[in-house]
Parts: sequence; structure tokens; C-alpha cells
Amino acid sequence: MTSHIIDEALLRSLTPSVLTILVHRGADFAAAEDAVQDALVEALRVRGMGSSPGSSGGGDTVSRSSGGGDPVRDPKGWLVTVAWRRFLDANRADTARRRREDLVEEEPPPGPASAVDDTLQLYFLCAHPSLTPSSAVALTLRAVGGLTTRQIAQAYLVPEATMAQRISRAKRTVSGVQFDQPGDVATVLRVLYLVFNEGYSGDVDLVAEAIRLTRQLAATIDHPEVAGLLALMLLHHARRAARTAPDGSLVPLAEQDRGRWDTASIAEGVEILQAALARDRLGEFQAQAAIAALHADAPTVEETDWVQIVEWYDELLRLTDSPVVRLNRAVAVGEADGPRAGLAALAALEEAPLGSSSRGAGPGSSGGEHPMPRHAAVAAYLHERDGDLAKAARLYAEAARKAPNLAERDHLTRQAARLNTRRTR
Amino acid sequence: MAKYLMLKHYRGAPASVNDAPMDQWTPEEISAHVQYMNDFAARLEATGEYVDSQALAFEGQWVRYDGEGRPPVTDGPFAETKDLIAGFMVIDVDSHERAVELAGELSAAPGAGGKPIHEWLELRPFLTAPTTVTE
Repeated sequence: MTSHIIDEALLRSLTPSVLTILVHRGADFAAAEDAVQDALVEALRVRGMGSSPGSSGGGDTVSRSSGGGDPVRDPKGWLVTVAWRRFLDANRADTARRRREDLVEEEPPPGPASAVDDTLQLYFLCAHPSLTPSSAVALTLRAVGGLTTRQIAQAYLVPEATMAQRISRAKRTVSGVQFDQPGDVATVLRVLYLVFNEGYSGDVDLVAEAIRLTRQLAATIDHPEVAGLLALMLLHHARRAARTAPDGSLVPLAEQDRGRWDTASIAEGVEILQAALARDRLGEFQAQAAIAALHADAPTVEETDWVQIVEWYDELLRLTDSPVVRLNRAVAVGEADGPRAGLAALAALEEAPLGSSSRGAGPGSSGGEHPMPRHAAVAAYLHERDGDLAKAARLYAEAARKAPNLAERDHLTRQAARLNTRRTR
Repeated sequence: MAKYLMLKHYRGAPASVNDAPMDQWTPEEISAHVQYMNDFAARLEATGEYVDSQALAFEGQWVRYDGEGRPPVTDGPFAETKDLIAGFMVIDVDSHERAVELAGELSAAPGAGGKPIHEWLELRPFLTAPTTVTE
């Protein structure tokens, strides 16, 4: 049951290079991308027939139905062949014939650019600034990640037809972009960060996928912020198992069983981060990773170096003055200098102009309450530590009403309940 | 098969029997409630009757068209008196009786003191596509 003739992970890792080979042969990006997707789906379908390496069926089936090559011995060659044929089939219109014959003549492709550069170009194209974030995410997962439309749709809880439309519209949007046009690493990082931060469900582990894609990007470009994002992901991913209780409820950082943190992932994250920081080109992701590393470095919550964490938040504020960073900084200040200092930092945040810099398209504020979802939660925590349990309980209940997801809401409701039951007993 | 929407309300529904607000429960009671809801959904998935469920934020607003070239008019957050939906579950069942039975089970989710909430749920049948045989 476990033996597959083709390894899905391997196939997916080959997607960018197969796609760029087709583009170099003269296929336009949109058609090439469709053809590679068809080839992937074909490969997965054949694999799904349950052939094992010992049986005589599987490989032959693939060869017969899709044309030459051995998908097990030479999966890349097989994918290129199948995808290219799919591309030619799709272009079989009379008007396209002449062009197609010319294209066939060009096989094998002249390859001025290296595979590494091509992969990087693919990242740039899929995260092109003309794309909306959700389109860029979908296109990246399909064209760079090699996921099928169905897998992406499941991961984001939308119908497959909706996701298919989103992807084809995205491809139309970038159809005029030259494949070799220089891109902006920052837009790629934002897309990968979104994939990491907002993966929901389905068969595909989007968190792991985001790490894989960022790792692959780090192999194609030497950039401290790419390294910073990879380190950030590894350091957060390391805590994943400890972050939820068996019943699915959230376990806050301070209460996590640190023995369940993935030490190998932490070590790798720290090493990547240190190398990046040594380059002395600090950026947002490196600073965030530094904060995550300081948490990861503390054997117990009491041993957390909060003073240094506050310093990193100050750096982060210099790089990106967002209300979210100020809010998180207030928590750190509360730990470093006591809850009163934290509350003072929170009060300073109230006075700071939020206006256009406040994030997200969430529901508006209700009268007199703070517009940031987690503001009440932070205030509740600091008031509890300051000993004002009644106020803290009230704020936790308010925070629960504003929580952006169910797990947080349940957690905050439990915090309110914990204080309320303690006060009445 | 018939699809039904089960609606849960933050406010606007008749008062439940066990009406204590959630932040007055113990943390263990909250956990038991969450577990019950998860188990309920999992059971319906196993019987092939589950379609979808979503929780909705506590806040929202009214929006309406305000004429050509003008931005939409918004009104909100909702007034305190507004009937406010908390979330929904869509089920696909064989009969109206089965839908009522399941809504009853969902309403029995434990609340304060570990006792069922007896919460009022709104059960609404979907309008269907036209049938092939019409006479």
C-alpha cells in the first residue's frame, strides 16, 4: 500500500524546472503551467491506481497513455515529455500549427539561464505586484509548489472551481510580464509568509509547504531577509506540537511543554538566523526571527531574556512601525519591567496614531473599544498580572468577543472563566 | 435528502433553560462544551449528514447601495437589540424528523454545571432545485 511508483514530493519538487523548460521552449507561461499541471495530475492518477514497483502494470500504463520515458527512473524527463505533449495538444488549432511545428524543431531547448535563476524568476512571476495576495498565494502553490488545484482549494476551504478561476485569472493578469523581468524579493516573502501563517486544512500541510518553498528560494538567492523568513518559520514550526493540547485547545507560549519543542528545527533556525544577522542588513523577518529565537533559547519561561526581546521589538518598530508590533512590545515590556510598565506602553499605544496603518479588513470597532483584535487580550493579561482580576476577567471576555478565530476565542473565554470562578469561590 | 440550516444565536433567540454566559462557566465546563460540539460534527461526518459549519464574528454591519458613483452606505456595528447569529451548521438528512432530532442533540450541548444548555436553535429548510417529475 505504501509503495508508489512515483514519489509525489519528488514530482512536486520538479515542477518549477519542468515549467521553465517549457517556457524556454517557447510556450507562454499560462499554457505551460496548465500543461505541467495536467502532467502532474496524470502522474498522480496513475500512481493512484496502486501499482507497485514490482508489478508490471504501472510504468507501462504511464508510457502508453502519455508518451515516452520511464516515470520512475527519470521522473523529470517523463514530466517534461508529458507536459510538452499536453501543451502541443492544447495548441492544436490550425492557426497554431505552424508555430507549433517551429517549436517542435527547437527541441531540446537552448538554455541561456541556469535552472536556479529560472526558479527564482518563477517565484517573482507568481508573486508579481499586480496580483492580489490570494491570487499570488494560489499561483505560487500551483506553479512553484506543484500542488493540484483541488489540493489548494481544500486547503483554503473554497470550491475547486473557484480556485481554478482564481488561478486562471491570476495567469491572465501576469500574461504580459516578461519571464526574465527582475522581481522584488519582498513580494515573494510576503506571499510565502501568508502561506505559512494562514494554512487551514485539507490533506496538504501548508506550513510544511511554506517552509519547503522558502528553503528552495533560499537556495536560489543569497538574501538575508529570505534567510530571516526561513529562520522565523523554522523557529515557529518547532513549537507546533506543543502549541495545542490533545483536545485542540491553544496552549500559550508560557505554558507549553518545552520538552516537546523540535530542537533540530530550533538549531537550524538559529544557525540560519545568525548567519543572516552577521551580514548586517537587518530586516523585518530577521528581527522577528530573533525574537522567536530568544523564546526558543529559554529552557524555562522564567529564564526568557525579556530585556533583549524588548530591544528586538524596538528594532522591529524602527523597521516597521505597525500597531501590532507595538502591542506585542507592550507584552514584552510587561515581562521585562513589570505589568505597570506594560500597561504604560499600552497606554502610549492608544495615543499613537493608528489610522491607515492599522491592518486587516476585519469588522469595525464597536463604540469605545479598541479596534485591534488582540488589544483587549493584552490588556487583560497585564491587568491580571497587576492583580486586578475583575478588570482582567472583563477584558478577557471582551477579547473573546473580538477573537479572529475559534481557538483563540475559546482560549480567551477560558481565561475569563478561570478568573471569574476563582473570584467567586 | 433535504438540506437544513441550523442557526445558533448570540442574541435574539428565546432564553435557554441553562442561560449562564460562557465566561461564568468553569474552564472545564467550556472544554466539555467545545468537545461536545466537535464530537457532534465528527459524528455527522461519519454518518454522511454533515455539509458545513462556520462560526461568525460577534460584530458586523448593515450595508446598502447608495446610487451610481457613490460608495455604499454602512450602518453599524449592529445595535444591541439586533438579532445576532453566532454561527451555523448545514446538514443533509433524509427527513424533517431527522433534522429536528439532530438540532435537539446539538441543543443539549453541556453548559454551566455540566448540564445541557437547552439552547433554542433555528432550523430552516433549504429551498431545493426543481424536481424532474412534476406531476
